[in-house]
Amino acid sequence: MSFELTQIGLVHANGQRALRAVTLAAGRGERLAIIGPSGAGKSTLLRVLGTSMRPTEGRVSVLERNPWQLSGAELKRLRSRIGVVHQAPPIPPRQRAITAVIAGRLGQWPWWKSALSLLYPADIAGPREQLARLDLADRLFERCDQLSGGQLQRVGVARVLYQRPDLLLADEPVSAMDPALADLTVSQLHSEAAARGVTLVASLHVVDIALRWFPRVIGLKAGEIVFDLPAAKVSDSVLRDLYVSETGTLPTQDNQPLDIGPAALAEKPALKIIPPPRVI
Amino acid sequence: MSATTLAERRGALGICVYCWGAIACLIAVVWASFAYLALDVSRLFTRESAGYMLDFIARFFPPDLSAGFLRRIAQGTLETLAISAVGTLLAALAGLLLALPASGRLGPVFKALTRFALNFLRSVPELVWAALMVLAAGLGPFAGTLALALHTSGVLGRLFAESLENAPPEPARALVESGAAPALAFVYATLPLITPQLIAYSLYRWEMNIRMATVLGFVGAGGLGQMLYYELSLLHEPQAGTVIIAMLALVVVVDAVSAWVRRRQMRPGG
Amino acid sequence: MPTDTTQQGLRDPDARARATWALAAVVVLWPLLLVAEFRPADLFDPRNLKVMGGFLGQFFPPNLNGEFLGLALRATVETLAMATAGIALAALLAAPLGLALSHSLSISRIGPGPGRATGEALRALTRLALLALRGIPEIVWALLLVRAFGLGPAAGVLAIAVTYGGMLGKVYSEILESGDTRPARVLLESGSGRLMAFFYGLLPGSAQELASYTVYRWECAVRASVIMGFVGAGGLGQLMDQSMKMLNGGEVSTILIIFLLLVLLADAISGAVRRALA
Repeated sequence: MSFELTQIGLVHANGQRALRAVTLAAGRGERLAIIGPSGAGKSTLLRVLGTSMRPTEGRVSVLERNPWQLSGAELKRLRSRIGVVHQAPPIPPRQRAITAVIAGRLGQWPWWKSALSLLYPADIAGPREQLARLDLADRLFERCDQLSGGQLQRVGVARVLYQRPDLLLADEPVSAMDPALADLTVSQLHSEAAARGVTLVASLHVVDIALRWFPRVIGLKAGEIVFDLPAAKVSDSVLRDLYVSETGTLPTQDNQPLDIGPAALAEKPALKIIPPPRVI
Repeated sequence: MSATTLAERRGALGICVYCWGAIACLIAVVWASFAYLALDVSRLFTRESAGYMLDFIARFFPPDLSAGFLRRIAQGTLETLAISAVGTLLAALAGLLLALPASGRLGPVFKALTRFALNFLRSVPELVWAALMVLAAGLGPFAGTLALALHTSGVLGRLFAESLENAPPEPARALVESGAAPALAFVYATLPLITPQLIAYSLYRWEMNIRMATVLGFVGAGGLGQMLYYELSLLHEPQAGTVIIAMLALVVVVDAVSAWVRRRQMRPGG
Repeated sequence: MPTDTTQQGLRDPDARARATWALAAVVVLWPLLLVAEFRPADLFDPRNLKVMGGFLGQFFPPNLNGEFLGLALRATVETLAMATAGIALAALLAAPLGLALSHSLSISRIGPGPGRATGEALRALTRLALLALRGIPEIVWALLLVRAFGLGPAAGVLAIAVTYGGMLGKVYSEILESGDTRPARVLLESGSGRLMAFFYGLLPGSAQELASYTVYRWECAVRASVIMGFVGAGGLGQLMDQSMKMLNGGEVSTILIIFLLLVLLADAISGAVRRALA
């Protein structure tokens, strides 16, 4: 079991409830997408999986360990095996891309190697390779405050790829990218997970990417899991129920609303599920 | 996995040449300072010097808490408070007087002269003033009061002058246009505008002066400082310990009181 | 009753309160003046006047004797060295303290995880220790250290190291907590150690502010070094103290001028370095 959440609930300090009775498990190598309206609790769920937030109810088991019963050193080791791609990359603006990527292995390297890398990177080829996968190899030595939003997000992804974690979590990893780059990025996450047989969980605000790339889709609404289905079984009506409080259109990557109004239903447009391109 | 090119390796250096130079300079300056002072810092951390330090510190405990000495401490604290209060009060009055020319109300020549005088008063540290005042007025708290008054009038004078410059001129101008003398217009119109600021600056300086007043005694200007110097010279460490505790307590209480006052002021309607 | 209200309308409602405040002020002020031994007449006492007059008379011209100038210059360099060495030690002391205190680098806060209580307790203790270091004025430290280590700049350097170490430690931790703490927190969440999370996550953003404040404190340390000389810690202050005790007005006036120039120089250097850092 890659992770197992049993009846997880989370109430914030201000009394607001973020998660309610969430039960979710995944085996090694599975790929899941979490979708849902804004404020559904997708980020919170990922934070619980990433051991950066502690649930107020329920049991957590990540990579076969209960993180909140580990000692400090064991928790540190566990965390170095989990990689998180953040929606807003947490990279200091003045840092160079190569240093930002190298920071992915801080949890694994001995301290002297990390310290020396501040002056001269201990590994140049490795970060370059990861950035090349995301079409950013030419920006290796540039400062991050000279990159666009989408490029910065890709540096964040490169850092996690460089980390080689056993559990890959991605919180809205492509929100600032245009469709082609978003596709490239998700395909790289997908191929990384497939190549090393590790689990990938991504929360996405755009539905078509979720349905295109992930075989298993979880619907989250108001902190509760509404459905847990294979992608093929996620139909219009399922999606409508999920997003019913929104304006009646589904968010898609290319900003063409997937109309789920009555006229559209009458014509029964099929959701195009493009099979993922073959990657090595 | 391709090898890194030479260009890549050269560009990979984490810190630019300029920064390397600056850091090297800094290390050189620090090292030179230690060398000039012939300070062997490692000597500090030897076993015997640690033992010596512990011995020295141990002599201060237990501090002398006898009734007679505590009474002297109370007197010393009162003296310190009095020095700071009277000194700050004099400084506020003198500062206000000097602020008038310093804000340009009496012409540019006086402005330049007063600004220079205020800068001079500010730049000389309180302790140096205290040493000079001991010569002028003899040992004791009066010298301390004068020293604080002189230094603080430089500080307050400049702050008051800035307040005066920033005060809107319309109210005073209106009075002058209806026939009032400029001095009266100042007192009736401008002064009430800036009084809250003046009081705030003065109180803040008073708080700082209490800390200052505790140490002016080192050169003979009264208060707890003079007591500490005296007791240490006679090698009365337990008594000296009590004085240091009293100094700390005074600073902590003043900090707490001023924080409380500030919180009360911030409350709406307070 | 009409007569009553007109009578009341003619009296100033504030008069009573003002009179009370004025009386209270006098009642408080009088004993204060007594305790402070406020006797302006003392300034004009013939003995004091003679001493002061003679002393001030020697102020012009200031003593520009070559030998004395050399002495004064050496003392000035000693003062600068004291301040620099003191701040260097203070920064070395403050760096680990600031890192430990800052809750941006707290691993136990994530979650919250194990060790929260001990972490908070340690932080509170460290804060108290820093408060004690800062609360005792540096000149008191200097006096004590002179008694312990003898006359000379060593006592001054240590006094600066201790007090300014406390000050720098507190401000360093505050600087690290302000600004963007996400990069460091994310690194901690992926298993990095605290020190590396600081270097990779916090330092790039806060290096300039940390350095700028340290340079500002160096400027304050230059002034403090002169003052500490008065209790025997060497430098320009000790020279001035000696000259004053000998009532040598010429020498004192020279040293005062050099001191004022030194303060201007330190201010200029500090300003230039801080601008270069920006």
